[in-house]
Amino acid sequence: MTEIVASNPEVREFKSYPPKPRKLTGSSIAILVFLTMCAAFVAIPLYVIIVTSLKDMAQIRFGDIFSLPEVWTLEPWRVAWDEVCSGVTCEGVKIGFFNSIMILIPSLILSIGLSAVTGYALALWNVKWAGTFLFILFTAAFVPFQIIMIPLIIMSGIIKVYGTVWGVAIVHAVLAMPLLTLIFRNYYKDIPSEIMNAAIMDSGSFWKIFGEIILPMSGNIMIVVLILQITSIWNDFLIGLTFGGIGTKPMTVILANSVITSRGEVTYNVDMAAALLTAIPPLLIYFVLGKFFVQGITAGAIKG
Amino acid sequence: MPCVEFRNIAKQYGRVTVLDELDLTVEDGEFLVLLGPSGCGKTTLLNLLAGLIETTAGTITIDGRDVTEADPKDRGLAMVFQSYALYPTKTVRGNLRFGLSSQKLDKAEVDRRVAWAAKLLQIEPLLDRKPGQLSGGQRQRVAIGRALVKNVGVFLFDEPLSNLDAKLRTEMRLEIKRLHNELHQTIVYVTHDQIEAMTMATRIAVMDGGVIQQIGTPDEIYETPANLFVAQFIGAPAMNMLKGTLKVAGDRVTAQLDEVGAELDLSGHAFASAPENGAPIVAGLRPEHFSVGQTAESEATSFALPVRYTEKTGGDATAFLNTKSDNGLLAVRVDPALVAALESGGDLAVSFPASRINLFDARSGQRM
Ligand SMILES: Nc1ncnc2c1ncn2[C@@H]1O[C@H](COP(=O)(O)OP(=O)(O)OP(=O)(O)O)[C@@H](O)[C@H]1O
Ligand SMILES: [Mg+2]
Repeated sequence: MTEIVASNPEVREFKSYPPKPRKLTGSSIAILVFLTMCAAFVAIPLYVIIVTSLKDMAQIRFGDIFSLPEVWTLEPWRVAWDEVCSGVTCEGVKIGFFNSIMILIPSLILSIGLSAVTGYALALWNVKWAGTFLFILFTAAFVPFQIIMIPLIIMSGIIKVYGTVWGVAIVHAVLAMPLLTLIFRNYYKDIPSEIMNAAIMDSGSFWKIFGEIILPMSGNIMIVVLILQITSIWNDFLIGLTFGGIGTKPMTVILANSVITSRGEVTYNVDMAAALLTAIPPLLIYFVLGKFFVQGITAGAIKG
Repeated sequence: MPCVEFRNIAKQYGRVTVLDELDLTVEDGEFLVLLGPSGCGKTTLLNLLAGLIETTAGTITIDGRDVTEADPKDRGLAMVFQSYALYPTKTVRGNLRFGLSSQKLDKAEVDRRVAWAAKLLQIEPLLDRKPGQLSGGQRQRVAIGRALVKNVGVFLFDEPLSNLDAKLRTEMRLEIKRLHNELHQTIVYVTHDQIEAMTMATRIAVMDGGVIQQIGTPDEIYETPANLFVAQFIGAPAMNMLKGTLKVAGDRVTAQLDEVGAELDLSGHAFASAPENGAPIVAGLRPEHFSVGQTAESEATSFALPVRYTEKTGGDATAFLNTKSDNGLLAVRVDPALVAALESGGDLAVSFPASRINLFDARSGQRM
């Protein structure tokens, strides 16, 4: 009886142990130095951009790019958002912001939807020539966009989507498909075959199984792919430039134009603010979903 | 009426032949257990029946209907998987409902069936939980429930109890048996556990290497194994196998068993075909058919051998005797009360009744 009481952890007296001394070995110093250098590589330019965007031109003219603002001002940000000129229109980068959103949403739906279904079919159904198809996809993942750009423009002209949001979305979906399909396929391969067998016996419907069983199990990988795609679609310049029409230029293109378009003095603070405004959405996504991103990459197999 | 019929089934993976020329009939309402060692093709056979893999040749009929090419969902089957295969993102109720998704039923009927199965399996309090929040035994019940709601004539089980602990396995064994007694559906049940097979089956098909070695009631399989494989596979501890040579002199048939140094009188044995002088045989003796000491029975063969060690498992005890061949062991079931008196090295005199001998042809492995 007494022994049972003693083995109960709550009854046992709490002992505190001295913390173990941490050792700073050669390898950990090397790693720390390396990581610090990596961080500095990104952090120093970022610092310059941020402080410049908060200075007024009077201070910038002195040329000390590392100094803190003497007068903190948000005026460059307002100008960048609302007034800066890109070509002949002077309405700020906000036009590009809304265009980018208009491009982002259909591109995301199209690219993720297409790749998820293709990956699901390749991983879990008996598709004839699945191996060959995968090989072609894998090869396609290495073809640079610039090589196929001109034929793609002609093709999108033929199906009458050139210069529209849908044209940009289709090109994004097509270009993302090889990599995303491989990601989805590898993720779905880990779904236990018995679950799939049970679903085939229960329902047998390709779409019903996808919608009711497989999609709800895809949370982790969806987050990973979502972050990848939001970043790459938002940051894209070339596809937006070549496939977008006059009214559908993404924010990156508007930004580039507004930096190039200069009347008189170069307003570095406005340029920096415009660049930061353009970079904020993907950053925000990282901050919000970053935790899940790491989980999703490491989670892999789905346990029943 | 035969419910499920396999005719001339072959299954090959590339150049590997797993099943070949296999015939099997399952009668209506039968509880057929497919029993065999790992890798012998049990799951393959079950998946062929379910339509989850394609046959290379042969036909499968269910209730007289040729389903060889039919879709899994159209075969009128329900299956319970080894890993339960519950849908992790659905609740228990959602799992049961999805089981009905290929049958076009109205909502009231779906709810009625789910309620019925939940009551039968006592999982009503669990209906709104996810599979991750259930214990192994509860998951197994849900998996059975998902099969039950379909209300089909044939149930398939692929080693459903092998992920459970010993106590739960015994409980679920009784549970499945009870369901069969209540509902009378045809069941095809795969296992490699002979206790499960012996306790649940109305008939057992013993498989090895893709071939059905014997099919019969549990008693037939145990008492009169058709060949050496079945004899050795069924029973724990396994049947003792002693080599010998037949001597035929007129009406008198005997066999000299060198390993135990005894002569077996086989005059009374019902041979399948006339015994042949000098034929090599294997005599199979079940450990529990030995009696310790001399018996009055004149038909019995007696001998004494030194004890190597004894094993006691609760109410049973087995003595392992050294045979005359190198490292040979003979298992003999003994009274647990006797074990204390048996010492290692001392001789134990035992006898074996001639009527219980299983005789096999050493060349073909078939029963004689
Ligand atoms: N997809 C496959 N490709 C090649 N060989 C396979 C394949 N699936 C099964 N086999 C082989 O078929 C044989 C029978 O497999 P099966 O799964 O039916 O065995 P089992 O009797 O169910 O065994 P266990 O008791 O271990 O589940 C095995 O030798 C296995 O290696
Ligand atoms: Mg198996």
